[in-house]
Amino acid sequence: MMGRLPLLLALTVLAGPAVAEHPAECRVAEHLVENSFPLPQVARAIAAKKLTVLVVGAGSSMLPGPGGAKNAYPARLQAALSQKLPGVAVAVSTDVKLRRTAAQMAAALPADLAAAKPALLVWQTGTVDAMQGVDQDQFAQALDNGINVARAAGADVVLIDAQYSPRTESMIALANYTENMRWVAVQQEVPLFDRFNIMKLWSDLGTFDFYSATKKLDMAERVHDCIGRLLSDLVVEAAKPDAATPPGLQ
Amino acid sequence: MAPVSTERDLRLDLFRGLALWLIFLDHIPSNAVSWITIRNYGFSDATEIFVFISGYTAAFVYGRAMQEHGFIVASARLLKRAWQIYVAHVFLFAIYLAEIAYVAHSFDNPLYSEEMGVLDFLKSPDVTIIQALLLKFKPVNMDVLPLYIVLLVGFAPVLWLLIRAPSLALIASAVLYALMWGFAWNLPAYPSGNWVFNPFAWQLLFVFGAWCALGGARNLSRFLHSRVLVTLATAYLAFAFCIAMTWYVPRLGTLVPKFVGEMLYPIDKTNLDVLRILHFLSLAVITVYFVPADWPFLRLRVFRPLIICGQHSLEIFCLGVFLSFAGHFVFTEVSNRVVVHVLVSVAGIAIMVGTAALLSWYKRVERQGPRPPITKPGYAGDNT
Repeated sequence: MMGRLPLLLALTVLAGPAVAEHPAECRVAEHLVENSFPLPQVARAIAAKKLTVLVVGAGSSMLPGPGGAKNAYPARLQAALSQKLPGVAVAVSTDVKLRRTAAQMAAALPADLAAAKPALLVWQTGTVDAMQGVDQDQFAQALDNGINVARAAGADVVLIDAQYSPRTESMIALANYTENMRWVAVQQEVPLFDRFNIMKLWSDLGTFDFYSATKKLDMAERVHDCIGRLLSDLVVEAAKPDAATPPGLQ
Repeated sequence: MAPVSTERDLRLDLFRGLALWLIFLDHIPSNAVSWITIRNYGFSDATEIFVFISGYTAAFVYGRAMQEHGFIVASARLLKRAWQIYVAHVFLFAIYLAEIAYVAHSFDNPLYSEEMGVLDFLKSPDVTIIQALLLKFKPVNMDVLPLYIVLLVGFAPVLWLLIRAPSLALIASAVLYALMWGFAWNLPAYPSGNWVFNPFAWQLLFVFGAWCALGGARNLSRFLHSRVLVTLATAYLAFAFCIAMTWYVPRLGTLVPKFVGEMLYPIDKTNLDVLRILHFLSLAVITVYFVPADWPFLRLRVFRPLIICGQHSLEIFCLGVFLSFAGHFVFTEVSNRVVVHVLVSVAGIAIMVGTAALLSWYKRVERQGPRPPITKPGYAGDNT
């Protein structure tokens, strides 16, 4: 009995960090997660031990099926944040509907923010705007409006751009919209979670096969799980007190 | 009236052929080989080259027709050319529909339920096809031909003015460009939004090319070779290159002062941002400076593939769009590795060059005319 104790201790010590780390397939994209701007409201919420997050998005923020809500990345974000921030009560609420443009989501924001009173707004947009060919200026303006409304309501903002979808790449002109979003994020000093380039890296490395046709949910669940984990990395890093200077100027 | 030069400047064909190759490489989504194209290293890309040279050659060809045969004949020829391009566009749209229908039928993935909505238009084909025929619904990367059609349809009066008062025509074009920026004019697209290449904006490059063809280049030639201009052009190209590097290494972006960033972005391709025009002009100045019209190297065999592609630009452009669809299909169905990217790119260019060579051969054969009639022996002129 006593002989096994050191072995058990050793195993726990070794297994501990492994449990806290992400799976290998998520980790390959870790270097693409840039926490270039700080999230002061989130830092304050963490210090107060209560973090509420509101995720506003369109179809790519949800998964179909009965287990969809708990397997999509908002729920995975809540799980990952709870794990990384022990002792902090993390609650992630969502307002996710199919086929919404940035302008439509910005119009719904005041009501959402008043109901949830989050410290952090995670805003996923761009795909539907690209599919509908929304005017670039209007798209940029909708993003600006939304960010200003969120800030006025006392929430930090993190933007998420479109998914990388190789099969429909030649049919949806995403490039301008992702570029536009990147520029608005820099101008408004809001971190951008670059889902497009992360998924592109996974596709190039062969981590996930985005070309395959399947009705099963397992790859989609793994992708959403990784996205939730990497997003939690971004949030926790950006909320640290010394995250005030952008990495290039350190 | 400004005299129209009669020699075909080989540089035009060379650079238009180059533009066609670059457009083909850029049109295959996620193509590793597209890293060598100029859009990654500056503000402008192959589209500017294509539109400028198309304006130049349109003025060259139809200007001569207008001077020799009058306004009506030249207009008729322009409209006929526009019709040919329209037919080519509709043919490419049919191929695009086939690709989409195949994707809709064979692809299903719960991760992409939102993106699959782009195939919704297949559910109402009656509306969509009419909108496509009206050039309001244009698939991704099929925006250049409709622009070319609109520019040619409106070109006859502009050409008339260019021949008589070239500077006035250029100024009018610049005024239209300025009004477009002021009033946000553009043509409507379906289901929403506007044309990806705003004809009111891109006409400026087209008319400028035409102006250069009709004597403007000669007037500018002394100015073009001045050291000051070449230095300015090089400086601007270097600046654009540095900004382009910040797109790939985001940390460098923090070195760009905020006011510079605010002045630059967004760099509007749809409305032909001034930065893009200046970048193209800088490239043109440098090119004209280093590659004179009578440069003997232009006749080297290694440039022949580019030149013959440039000589059949419409056909090769359509072939390029079709090959980019096919290339994307290969990436999807066969393999997505970089080796395949390189193979597909090289094969595509080889097919384009081969087709251009075939078209040149056809033209040569056609020009020889019908066979002479067989003369009976014994008659005068026994010299077959």
